[in-house]
Order: sequence, then structure tokens, then C-alpha cells
Amino acid sequence: MSGCCDGNVERYKELQTYIDGLPEKKGRLIGVLHKAQGIFGYLPREVQEFIAAALGLPVAKVYGVVKFYSFFTMLPKGKFPISVCLGTACYVRGADDIVAELEKLLGITVGQVTPDGVFSLDTLRCVGACGLAPVMIVAGHVYGRMKPADVAGIIGEYRKKAQASGQEKTCEGVCCHG
Amino acid sequence: MTNIKMHVLVCGGTGCTSSRSMEIVDALRAEIKAQGLADEVKVVIAGCFGFCEKGPIVKISPDNTFYVQVTPEDAKEIVAEHIVKGRKVSRLLYVDPKTTEHISDSKHMDFYKKQLRIALRNCGFIDPENIGEYIARDGYMALGKAIFEMSPKQVVDEVKKSGLRGRGGGGFPTGLKWEIAASYKADQKYVICNADEGDPGAFMDRSVLEGDPHSIIEAMAICGYAIGASKGVVYIRAEYPLAVERLQKAIVAARETGLLGNNILGSDFSFDIDMYYGAGAFVCGEETALIRSLQSERGEPTSKPPFPAESGFWGKPSNVNNVETFANIPVILLKGADWFASIGTAKSKGTKVFALAGKVNNVGLVEVPMGTTLREVIFDIGGGIRNGKKFKAAQTGGPSGGCLTEKFLDTPIDFDNLIAAGSMMGSGGMIVLDEDDCMVNVAKFYLGFTVEESCGKCTPCRVGNKRMLEMLEKISAGKATEKDLSRLRELATIIKDTSLCGLGQTAPNPVLSTLDNFYDEYLAHVRDKRCPAGKCKSLMQYVIDPAKCKGCTMCAKVCPAGAIAGKVKEPHVISQEKCVKCGACFATCKFGAISKR
Repeated sequence: MSGCCDGNVERYKELQTYIDGLPEKKGRLIGVLHKAQGIFGYLPREVQEFIAAALGLPVAKVYGVVKFYSFFTMLPKGKFPISVCLGTACYVRGADDIVAELEKLLGITVGQVTPDGVFSLDTLRCVGACGLAPVMIVAGHVYGRMKPADVAGIIGEYRKKAQASGQEKTCEGVCCHG
Repeated sequence: MTNIKMHVLVCGGTGCTSSRSMEIVDALRAEIKAQGLADEVKVVIAGCFGFCEKGPIVKISPDNTFYVQVTPEDAKEIVAEHIVKGRKVSRLLYVDPKTTEHISDSKHMDFYKKQLRIALRNCGFIDPENIGEYIARDGYMALGKAIFEMSPKQVVDEVKKSGLRGRGGGGFPTGLKWEIAASYKADQKYVICNADEGDPGAFMDRSVLEGDPHSIIEAMAICGYAIGASKGVVYIRAEYPLAVERLQKAIVAARETGLLGNNILGSDFSFDIDMYYGAGAFVCGEETALIRSLQSERGEPTSKPPFPAESGFWGKPSNVNNVETFANIPVILLKGADWFASIGTAKSKGTKVFALAGKVNNVGLVEVPMGTTLREVIFDIGGGIRNGKKFKAAQTGGPSGGCLTEKFLDTPIDFDNLIAAGSMMGSGGMIVLDEDDCMVNVAKFYLGFTVEESCGKCTPCRVGNKRMLEMLEKISAGKATEKDLSRLRELATIIKDTSLCGLGQTAPNPVLSTLDNFYDEYLAHVRDKRCPAGKCKSLMQYVIDPAKCKGCTMCAKVCPAGAIAGKVKEPHVISQEKCVKCGACFATCKFGAISKR
């Protein structure tokens, strides 16, 4: 595997240790993918190939499972990932207007990352906070009873945070050899 | 020996934690410590209280004071007034919207009065991370009773006699399922708990796992004893980190206490539980798909037979039940099948938990006896429709269910009545819709969900639902004809009849049910090119009321499409051909002359 960043070598090592520690390898692919996504943040091709080799599976099988489940992503998330709940309760209280406002403000569509890597936009199905509908989650923080007019202010705060800490940009990608 | 005299329970459910309830916990603990009461007053992070609308909730026992909409800043006053001086903080008490009286005990609130909590019995009462508190409320007594006083067959018979039916959606008799699984001989059998709650609008399983994880462990062990399985598997949503964490802790605590593992309570019965994570696939609620996912395959269902009871996880006999179903088991064994069967209707026994949400005043988790009417749930417990709007429909059963209109408000809710009314129980999502909701749009929402979640294995579901969604899009864009409506119905029927699994077979339900109950609304879309609720953007029109328009020209100035014409001080007109429906004019007009139609 490419070791262009020291962080990556460590990450692959951590994954290998986890796989080595499994009592048996049969039927553990999904668990390994969860672990890998936790370590790398996403599941690019290189990581899938690594897992396939470690578990003795065809890469096609690993890819098939990754593509099947919506929790697994092959794209990296932004520094502040944004998810809008599109569960029914949020939907009937206008969650689609929140999504539209975010798309307009960020200039990206659902499933994309802003060019500066600060925000990514996703939707999800019911977080169980229906009492606060519609709900938006930014970097793990839940914002409830959202109105389209509230979006700009919240995004602005995170933009400021990103600018404050943004100077020391490090190699977050799993592989930078392209 | 502890000196704890008072418990302060803070809701640790998802809704309340999203409203800073963990900060309340910290603030309360700090304040209690500052007052030197740390040895006498204990702050507990409890499971969901259910009344999410009024969260975050803080309850003080033993006097059962129920504080609503608490903020971290209120902690100081609660400690100084209530805990130190014994005076209730009345501004934080619930105010009855009818009498405007302050109510301090939750049992006197309309929201709780008609509820009967069996599955949720411990949620909001105990510290879910403390096995001792579960045991103090008769926890693990049912397991002991099963192992030492009953034969496996007696346990199965008791569950059968109780009339309990699967709470995950299908409503299959649980006891019968256990009996079938018990009848197969094998060197290894599995008890599987389906905790992959997928209905986008239901969160009862999550609340049970977060608020009372030991009840699931106990029930799974009882099931293992009854069917002859020594291994349990929980298939849980990875998107529920708190539920995962609490269940994990509970399993460890149960093992340490000798309630899981080898020779439970010194008997020769052994049982242990493993956790597997789901990864976001609605179809995995179907048991054969769930089992394939447990084996780390793509979660595609297989045809039945063979049923999992014969050949399930790794080809071994497996019994799959959902979380809420399991939550009922310990109580049934302790209080008896007859007691359980005395609650509910002729063919649906016990209670059902609903996640009440949408356009209703009291959003939350409610548990009511089967046979309670929709009117009682929505108007008595739910407090009626928000903002004084008119009730239009209640959607039950999520993407597999349908809409119940006003004429079903007084129908007793149970498995069979809901099916007869063209919907289904499903896992218990109940979304209330008002006059502003467009039923074509609602059908489109659910179908969009199914299309995304279809696993793609069988053609009717993979292709058919996609075609149906396109038809609905055509309708809401005003491009459909009446012929499309009959085509839509025909296709829906074919998909229902020919799909492989429950997902495909029920996917057309939201469409069929809205076609049946709101045909006029569909007709308005195709015939008059009009959306009566004003939701479908392409059909909506902005119009200027000439009587109200002062001719100030503001609207024409903000219109990005140059669609508004008119002379100064004369009524303006919007050209519908040019209008892009951005709403800029609507927001700008100071005289309320522009309206949506």
C-alpha cells in the first residue's frame, strides 16, 4: 500500500492489527469495513483492496458490499460534515427546504464536498429526534426546529472555525499519489 | 449501604441530548456537589421519557416532579429550590394547554393518562447503565423463573397463550415462531434480535435499547432457553451509537453477574450474545436479508421456504424477533399470559409503541393498549393538530403502510383493522398530516425511499418502483393525464403481487392508499394542473390581487426573471410563463397582495 504519508502507514497498521485480532475471518467483512471507515473516514479503492487481501476475498466482493450499504462511503467527508434528516417527520416539517438552502449556500449538491474540503452534505433517515423536526447535524452537533433562514448563520460560524484552524492543512487523504 | 435520598433523572434520549441534556447533567452534578449533597442526591442519565416535544425532561423522585424544557442554566435553581428547600420550580412545570394549570406529576398529564407502558416500562425510570436498578425492578426474575420453574415447552406455550405478535411489522405470532424454531434439531441454534430500525420516522427500538437494554438481553436468553439455542446475535444499526454503547455495557454487566455465559445462575443453561452492526439498508429488516447481512453478504433476501427457523444464520435454525417484541417477553413470563392477553383486542394482544410525529402538538413516543383509537392517540395524547390546522391523515407503517383518513379516526388500532383500512401496523411510525400536506407528494416521498432502498434482486421492485416514482413525478409536475392514474394503479398491483420480499410487496401501499383515499387530489393535479395543498412547486402560481396591489413596483424590481409588469400606482401582473417561482416578490410585498395558488 502506498505510504506517502506517515499517518497512512499507522492507519493500515491499526486495521491490520484489528483484522489479526479477529477470532475468525469468516463473515466478518462488514465489521472490518466499519472499523476501516472509522480509521480512514471513508473507504477508497486502496483500502478495499487491502481488506480483500487481508480477508482472502475477491476485491469485487468487498466492493459489492461497500456499494450495497448506504453507511459506507467511497468519498471523503468534509471537515464539518453536514447531514439533514429526511425521515418522514422532518420531511413533512420542511426538511427539503433546508436541503435546498444548504445546496444554494454551499454550491454543492447532496453527496458532494465543497472544493475547500470544509463542508460535505448528506441526507439521512431519521435520527430519532422527531420532536425537534426538522433536524440538521453539523459535525455531530444537532440543530433542531430549523428554518431555511437559520442555515446561513450556522454555516457562517463553522466557516469562521474552519478559517481559524484552517492554516495548518495536513494530508487528510488516504493516498496522495493520485 | 448508600444514603441516596433523591434521584434526579435526566432524559438521555436522542431528542433531549440534542437539546443539551448532557450539559444539564453536568450542571446539576456540579451544583449538587457545591451544595455538599453529592452523597444524598444522585443524578441519573435515564432512557427516553417519551414526551420529546417538551424535552429536555428532568424528573425528580421520589416525589415524581416532572420538569419540562429545562436548560443547563436552570440547574442552579432546581438544586437550590427543589432539592435543598423542597419547593417546586413552578415555571419549569408542564402547563396543561386546556386548563393552563401547572402539573407536576406526569401521570396527570393528558399525554400519559391513556398510555400503558409495558415495553417501555423502565424507560425513564432506571439508570440503563446500572444492572442493579434493572434487577431492582424485577429484572432477570423472568429468566430465573423460566430456567428453574418451567420447561422450554412451557415457556413456548406461555408466549403462545399470551397472543403476542411480532412488533417489527408483520405481526406473526411470536409463540408460534418459537415453537417452529424449537422443533428443529441441530447442534447449534441462534436467537437473533433485529435492532436495525429502518422506518424513517420510528425510534421505539432505539429508545428501548437506550433506556432498558437489559430487558432485551433477558428476553433473548429466555428465547434461547425456549428454543434450545446457546447463542444470541443482535443486529443493530451503526447509526445508533448510544444504543450500541449501552447494549455493549449491559452485555458485559450481565456476563459479570452470571446472567450471560456458561451455566447461567448455576443452572446447566448457557447463553451468550454477540453484536453485529448493520450498515444502513432498509431491506435488512426482512429476516432472510438480515441473516445474509449478518454473514457479511449484500443484504439481499432469499426465497422462503426454507424459513430461518429451519435454515438461518450459517444454515442453522434461527429465530428472529424485533426489539419491541423481545421487550414484552419478561413481563409476560412474570405476570402471566392471561394478564397480557387481557389487554388489547381479540386478535392483537398487549400494547403497541408508536412514534407520534409530524403535524401534531405532542411529538413523542407513546405506548397504548391495542384497540386504542386513532382519535385518542392523535387528539388526547397527541394534543391535536399544530397551529389549529385541520387533520388530514395519519400515515402508519412507514414506507410499507398507508394513510388513514378522518373516517378511520374511531377505528380501534390493531394489526387486522389497520390492514383492513388499507394501511398496516409496521414498526409503529405514526406521522400526522394536516391540510397543508399534498398526498401526491407524500406518496412520492415514500416511493423515493423505497427506490433508494430496493436491493435490486427482483425486477418488479427494482424497475417497477422506479417507473412508479417517475409517474408520480410526472403528476406533481402537471404533465400527467388521467390515463397515467389508471396505469399507476395497474403497475402498483403488479409490483405487490410479484415482488420477492416484503419490501417490494408493500412498496406500492403508500401509492394505492393515497389513490384510494385522495383520488380527487390526484385528479386536481392531472386535470386542473393544480396542487390543492400548494406543495408541488411546478404547479404553484404566484398571483397578485389587484384590489390589494398599490403599484409600488417593489415586486417588479426584485423579480429576477422580469416576469412582473405594470405601471407605477397601478396593479401589477405576474406572467406565469416567465415566473420561476422563486418567491422573491412574495417576500417583498408589503401589502400582502401576492399569494400562492
